[in-house]
Amino acid sequence: MTSRGKAIEVEGVTKDFGTFRALDGVSFDIYDNEFFTLLGPSGCGKTTLLRMLAGFDAPTSGAIRLHGKPILDLPPHKRRVNTVFQSYALFPHMTVEQNIAFGLENLGWPKDRRSARTAQMLEMVHMAQFARRRPDQLSGGQRQRVALARALAPEPEVLLLDEPLSALDLKLRQAMRDELRTLQRQTGITFVFVTHDQEEALDMSDRICVLGQGRIQHLGTPNEIYEDPANRFVADFIGETNFLPVQVISVDGDMASVKTPMGQVVTTLQKAATAGQAATLSLRPEKIGMEDQAVGEIMQGRVTNKNYMGGYTHYTVDVGGTELRVSKRNAISHSQSFEIGREVRLGFRHDSARVLGA
Amino acid sequence: MTRHDVRHYPGLGLLTAAFFAYLYLPIAVVVFFSFNENRLVSVWTGFSLKWYDSALSNRALLDAVKTSLTLAVIAMVLSTTVALMAALVLVRAKGVKGRRISETVVNLPLLLPEIVSAVAVLILFSQLGLTNGLAKLVLAHTAFCIPFAFLPIRARLQGMAPDYEEAAQDLYATPWVTFRRVTLPLILPGVFAGAMLAFVMSMDDFITSNMLASGGNTTLPVYIFGLIKQGTTPELNAISTLIIVASLIIATTALVLTFRRRIP
Repeated sequence: MTSRGKAIEVEGVTKDFGTFRALDGVSFDIYDNEFFTLLGPSGCGKTTLLRMLAGFDAPTSGAIRLHGKPILDLPPHKRRVNTVFQSYALFPHMTVEQNIAFGLENLGWPKDRRSARTAQMLEMVHMAQFARRRPDQLSGGQRQRVALARALAPEPEVLLLDEPLSALDLKLRQAMRDELRTLQRQTGITFVFVTHDQEEALDMSDRICVLGQGRIQHLGTPNEIYEDPANRFVADFIGETNFLPVQVISVDGDMASVKTPMGQVVTTLQKAATAGQAATLSLRPEKIGMEDQAVGEIMQGRVTNKNYMGGYTHYTVDVGGTELRVSKRNAISHSQSFEIGREVRLGFRHDSARVLGA
Repeated sequence: MTRHDVRHYPGLGLLTAAFFAYLYLPIAVVVFFSFNENRLVSVWTGFSLKWYDSALSNRALLDAVKTSLTLAVIAMVLSTTVALMAALVLVRAKGVKGRRISETVVNLPLLLPEIVSAVAVLILFSQLGLTNGLAKLVLAHTAFCIPFAFLPIRARLQGMAPDYEEAAQDLYATPWVTFRRVTLPLILPGVFAGAMLAFVMSMDDFITSNMLASGGNTTLPVYIFGLIKQGTTPELNAISTLIIVASLIIATTALVLTFRRRIP
């Protein structure tokens, strides 16, 4: 990763809308050939950040560089980045072909090179037979493909994607995720992807930047962000988890002994802590084993609720007055299920829980 | 079919018929008597096209039509251009100060009684020493046509997401190329509707034109008014019928074009 060049450098970017601070001193680098995701709840500033990269918004202060060159003074049409808009924004009065060739025309490509590139892009997104259609004659998924082809055709230094999958239905969204990932690998172009869907982000990204309240909450690989969330916000936003108020009893390196409502346990520390301090323990539902899968720290509880989801069954288990969510994979047909009211044995490995700041 | 279905209201058919009669019966009468052979407007004696013949060979009338058309076309082009530029700035530009006030100023002529602005331009032009009759008419008509051209263009622009224009810029289009290849084609129905309104408003204008009228620059409405003062003849009915037919053709074309080019 470190050997790669920096495609984008964002340095101390702040954006104020009146008295509201949408972004507060955000800095990060995006590397060449990376699938980089800006993830966060609505209003976290991720779309504003993307629009700044494209040139539709300007930061109140800070710097943005594209391959080392400052771009904030350049209007959108002079930046070698292209955008896939959430609404796709395909020109309704032009055919698919004309839409894709539009950027190439403006760049002054000669006609034969233009048509060759257009044909190549149509081929790449499997839309060759729709070249002469207009956007209103296409389905949502097809429009999505044309928008991608149009944005990739001019060979941008960076491709910006603004929640491009949000308008598609679930099945199509899943297929498009794989397609996007493949396209990124094929073209080798840096993708900056904006989404509020954590599953999408985990699935596709090389690295994820979690934004919240105008700041970077965590920047890391999908695995780091899910397994070792930097703070409570990240643990809560990415996936599901149980938060337990704990008291730190003793600290030994990155392990700590903490007092939970269910008893004393030894777990991994995410943040430096001192004995006596109050903290939060994050314990993912799928990290808790039930009955014969219960290992590590063992607890006794009673099932109070059960939701059958097909691949998984979600249980709510009362452990000494604390409700824990437990998720059990239905690994075999008709796997054992636990009825409401039943006493169950629970257990989790102490390296699967994380002590976060209070 | 619910209780509130409009077809169950008693007397609806009758009321509708009465309403349309109220609107269109006078016009139908005019059209009918334009084919009357008799000199007297309201006594039918037989079918004839002679009043059309007399109208179409009337030099003064044809001159008035020519003046009106020339004036309306120039005023339409000028006012639509100004309205388009105003709408682009007021709807799309960033950081415009006094957007509200500017819009009100553009639309003000709609609220002002026409007689007031007509007197005002009359005084202004005589102060300026402007003597060219057509130039005076063009300036005055362009001024009051601007809000009529502005409203449909603004509505169209407001109804169009800025995404298309951003996409164009994102795809390396300069502001001019963005306007020519994306904005203009997409708001064309609005521009067309605005131009049509401006044209009709200019064609139809009597007060301002009458105030500024001078020899050789009589517009059609002013000429017709002059005819009435001399007493109505069936020739007037023929002229009116021709105007109705022309209006119908223009209105139908406008409608067809508007519905053909809708933004999805």
